[in-house]
Amino acid sequence: MNAPTTKTAASAASGTNGYNFAYLDEQSKRMIRRAILKAVAIPGYQVPFAGREMPLPYGWGTGGIQVTASIIGRDDVLKVIDQGADDTTNAVSIRKFFARTAGVRTTTRTAEASLIQTRHRIPETPLQAGQVIVFQVPIPEPLRWLEPRETATRRMHALGDYGPMYLKLYEDIARFGRVTTAYDFPTMVNGRYLMSPSPIPRLDNPKLDRSPALQLFGAGREKRIYAIPPHTTVKSLDFEDHPFTTERWSHICARCGAGDSYLDELVIDDRGTRSYVCSDTDYCDSRLSAGGRR
Amino acid sequence: MNLDQHQPLLEVRDLAKSFGDRRVLSDIGLTLWPGEVLAIVGESGSGKTTLLRCIGGQVAPDAGEVGFRSRNHGTVNLADLSESQRRRVIGSDLGYVHQNPRDGLRLDLSAGANIGEPLLQAGLRHYGRIREIASDWLAKVEIDPHRIDEPPARFSGGMQQRLQIARNLVTGPRLVLMDEPTGGLDVSVQARLLDLLRRLVADLDLAVILVTHDLGVARLLADRLMVMQAGRIIESGLTDQVLDDPHQPYTQLLVSSVLQL
Repeated sequence: MNAPTTKTAASAASGTNGYNFAYLDEQSKRMIRRAILKAVAIPGYQVPFAGREMPLPYGWGTGGIQVTASIIGRDDVLKVIDQGADDTTNAVSIRKFFARTAGVRTTTRTAEASLIQTRHRIPETPLQAGQVIVFQVPIPEPLRWLEPRETATRRMHALGDYGPMYLKLYEDIARFGRVTTAYDFPTMVNGRYLMSPSPIPRLDNPKLDRSPALQLFGAGREKRIYAIPPHTTVKSLDFEDHPFTTERWSHICARCGAGDSYLDELVIDDRGTRSYVCSDTDYCDSRLSAGGRR
Repeated sequence: MNLDQHQPLLEVRDLAKSFGDRRVLSDIGLTLWPGEVLAIVGESGSGKTTLLRCIGGQVAPDAGEVGFRSRNHGTVNLADLSESQRRRVIGSDLGYVHQNPRDGLRLDLSAGANIGEPLLQAGLRHYGRIREIASDWLAKVEIDPHRIDEPPARFSGGMQQRLQIARNLVTGPRLVLMDEPTGGLDVSVQARLLDLLRRLVADLDLAVILVTHDLGVARLLADRLMVMQAGRIIESGLTDQVLDDPHQPYTQLLVSSVLQL
């Protein structure tokens, strides 16, 4: 940790005088890295950290940005997605933020990125060993809907008291005949801690399991960091007679024809005509350039 | 039945508890046998509920022992156990029926989920089984099983109380602690609930500690009776014996203040 040299080098590279490399000061980064190390050591456990004020509002990814700022290095290649897309306001702003304050290379290609910050999706292209994915998390506590008191949820985690969590599934099945929770579907990490995967679609849950990439989760408002180290088992909650399944749709992507990816529904005229396209823009584009449909 | 029946299920010795300077329990000792119903009566503030909460583990006593014979771990002192040990050792051997069903139920979830929760706590992960058991228990406590998906918020007070009882009995406890289970219900509903309780207690061979200030309830349900005053047990014995021939002035006052029994 050599703060002064880092500072000068960074400002030279990015042209933002007076700001440290990747915006956060080195002491804050060290504190956050300590929290990350602890989170990696206890998969799925929510580690409190002293969240900093970031130059954007809560709910826009302050947790993810702090994690990214603490682990990003000069050689990293950064990709930022929001709902799978590289070109939405939030993704563009965060990508620019790090391009300016850290001077790192950025990309939209999942395979070329060493560090991916995401909101609400995991890329369709399978992640590789050596990659790190950082999730922005609004509500890190999966038990919150059941129990509003933080002291009580912590005790439930400590005692592994996760039976009541299944009530959510029970109520879904009793009411609709199937589990209808479509995003932020609760998971057990490494057979010990119940974890909120952030509001990713249920379709993405299997991608968490035994992923070769390091997965980090940052919640800025709630000031919690948690992690899934590479190759860790992540099991979505289910009943023996109602095993976990992902949804299927009859539509395919209107651009690239993909039938296996998560699709966005677009209303394209005043008569309510709908069209479906991949939410993962990089996946869609790479299929097109590789000679997919059209 | 077996040897099991000849050892006490619960033995409380020299239990004491103070809240700050206020002494609420002193020198409490009691023994409860499997399948026995013990009523604790006394005026408000005499320490009945605190005693129940000490046994139930919600309140830690200052001194004394609460020896409980668990199914799988032999006799343990409940006063010494940490919360995680308590869960492991006692599991579902012990139930607690609150005076107000709203304290013991999740009002926003369905009746089925309320009965299913203790089963989930005990590790059952089969939706169909949970549903089957929940529906059986609704019938046992005289609630129409078709109402399994309704939230208890839509039930009457008596139904809520019966649902709470079903929720406590579904895992087959050996001891159930009841804090004024008939409080706040009108007389006809009370009578029905008492009938139901009497039947369940006999069918399931349950041991019950029943806290009440209603001597009629005690007379109907309890084998033995204990009278508490100012944090002490002042009189105890067979229910009929205590009620028909009260020795202590306070007990005499209590019995004579009831119009008819």
